[in-house]
Amino acid sequence: MTAEVLVQGLVSGLLMGFVYALIAAGLSLIFGLMEIVNFAHGEFLMGAMFATFWAWALLKLDPLVSLPLTVLLLALFGLLVYHGLIRWILGAPMLAQIFATFGLAIFLRAAAQALWGADFRLVKGPLVDGRVSLGGIFIGLPQLVASVGALCAFGLLYWFIRKTETGLALQATSQDRQAAMLMGIDTQRMFALGWAIGAACVGAAGALLAMFFYIFPDVGATFALLAYVAVALGGFGNVPATLLAGVIVGIVEVLGGLLIAPALKYAVVFSLYLVVVLWRPQGLLGRF
Amino acid sequence: MRRAIGLLSVAMSAVLATASMSHAQAPKEVVIGAIYPLSGNLAQIGIDSITAMRMAVELYNGKSDLNLPGMKKTTEGLPGLGGAKIRLIVVDHQGKPDVGQAEAERLITQEKVTALIGAVFSSVSATTSQVAERYGVPHMNGESSSPTLTERGFKWFFRTSPHDGHFTLAMFEFLKDFEKKKGVKLKTVGLMHEDTLFGADSGKVQEELAKKYGYEVVVNMAYRAKTTSLDAEVGKLKAAAPDVFLPTSYTSDAVLYIKTAKTLEYVPRMLIAQNAGWVDPQFVAEMNKDIEGHITRSPFALDLQAKKPLIRQVNELFKKQKDNPGGRDISEAPTRALTAFTVLVDAINRAKSTNPEEIRKALVATNVPADQLLMPWTGVRFDEKGQNTGVRAILQQIQKGAYATIWPFDLAAADVIYPLPGFKDKK
Repeated sequence: MTAEVLVQGLVSGLLMGFVYALIAAGLSLIFGLMEIVNFAHGEFLMGAMFATFWAWALLKLDPLVSLPLTVLLLALFGLLVYHGLIRWILGAPMLAQIFATFGLAIFLRAAAQALWGADFRLVKGPLVDGRVSLGGIFIGLPQLVASVGALCAFGLLYWFIRKTETGLALQATSQDRQAAMLMGIDTQRMFALGWAIGAACVGAAGALLAMFFYIFPDVGATFALLAYVAVALGGFGNVPATLLAGVIVGIVEVLGGLLIAPALKYAVVFSLYLVVVLWRPQGLLGRF
Repeated sequence: MRRAIGLLSVAMSAVLATASMSHAQAPKEVVIGAIYPLSGNLAQIGIDSITAMRMAVELYNGKSDLNLPGMKKTTEGLPGLGGAKIRLIVVDHQGKPDVGQAEAERLITQEKVTALIGAVFSSVSATTSQVAERYGVPHMNGESSSPTLTERGFKWFFRTSPHDGHFTLAMFEFLKDFEKKKGVKLKTVGLMHEDTLFGADSGKVQEELAKKYGYEVVVNMAYRAKTTSLDAEVGKLKAAAPDVFLPTSYTSDAVLYIKTAKTLEYVPRMLIAQNAGWVDPQFVAEMNKDIEGHITRSPFALDLQAKKPLIRQVNELFKKQKDNPGGRDISEAPTRALTAFTVLVDAINRAKSTNPEEIRKALVATNVPADQLLMPWTGVRFDEKGQNTGVRAILQQIQKGAYATIWPFDLAAADVIYPLPGFKDKK
């Protein structure tokens, strides 16, 4: 194993890690806000990728051009899911909540296959394509743009949550629902907003991912699994920690594959997760 | 009173006679259960296979002059069973062995199917065939290529198609032939396979045969199927730099491999794929120039239609099927399903019964000649393990976006492109 291959692995893992992190951010936000795990998160990602694909195939819009539209579309979809489904199960037992979002996942996956078929699709010839070589290290340009995009999205999210009044209200709701209500915060509105933002994040991730990843009805499953790990690793509900955790997952995945064996790369990722959860059940930067 | 008893007994025996007659009479329909992946990452292959089988059902139930096994006839339905019609029950196993097992159980006990066919994934065929074996129901298979499936000594499992032993043997035979013909020297091979039964068995056979044929395996990796990243795998390949790279991957991972190899600029001198992703028509259409020169093993070649008019006839019919939007050419997977299905129906017809044991005997006695096959095989005859011994594997190379048969050299329609062009030349 040469140093070059290792550095290449680190770079690739880092770039992929940012995308994992952005996917996980939405999941983390929703969990932190209302303690509901959205099992349909991977299908939200799939929906965003298909939206990007159709914008490209039918309207000739490049993934980067249609990105704001995809984000908006997913935000609206998040609202729809909240008002149509989640709102009704807020007080329900946890098992019912799990079944509701799990059922939604299966419904969305089947609907995608019924509507668009099971073929693998690719956005061909995106605006940003090809790769650059830096001293023998290759960086895929779509991956680079996706990472930068993911970082920007994180910056925006951080600014919104920490600096705006609505963001502070969101945080307050997340910390103590009852107290927030007493302060005059409309928690229902905050929940709806949380779903909109959470879905918007995964919308951005889907649009960026569609530049270099294949698109098909089941595509969300593995990404969602890694997103759950990132959320638990970083700390439930702590959005900035998700960034760190996403990057850790991305790098450990590649290095585990390179240094141990590709067959064991996910085993390494999940072992790390187990160790962290045993040692710090609240996650690396969790607050409770 | 005596007359009454006499009348009654006559009436009774008449009832009995009609009852036994209706029992002896051939059934009106033959129900066959098809277990295929209709959702999940291999759904399109399953859907295409079902389309091909539905087409065959229509031909068997009507009249046809196609020279497929038992299909050329002037009467409707199956002549061996008094014109009985075939009804196909299609179920989805989602690529999951446990779902396949449950569906096989349901088809046999609830739907009372005469025979089962399926299930593409070797891992699923392993469980569905166990169920069939337990209930004593014939199980036909046309696609699963894991060698272990026919090494279990099952009585009710039959496979028409070559397994990875045959295919992999063909790869190494080809390498030897190629080295001799072109005077080049290939020394090392690299293996990458996904982690289900298909990939694991393929990797095992490839490793064994590489040693036997004197090639050094410089890298051998298993990876988790449907992975999100192959950066580590391609990194390892770059580091080991084998002369020949042999991947075993279904479509999703095959797409990801090409994308990753392109980004990391990894080009082996030769790539021979264990079918799967590399024979998915969508894969070829989407990856286009990036897979120019890739070689895949296959039991079927559309470019042999010049030598076999039957292929063209079937392809024309297939293109017109309503479940085949866009009129795509018949590809490798539906052809394999069609071959297995016609062999099964032919056996049921020859058995002249839906009794499982009679069908099994007919299957054992199968002797389909080469001219009734879409495949370039010498025929279909099953050995005592249920494996077709008439198989022959061919290798095809993607040349200008289509499959060209390159080996065996006597069937070859094109010359081998060697070495693999780099991504830079493929703009």
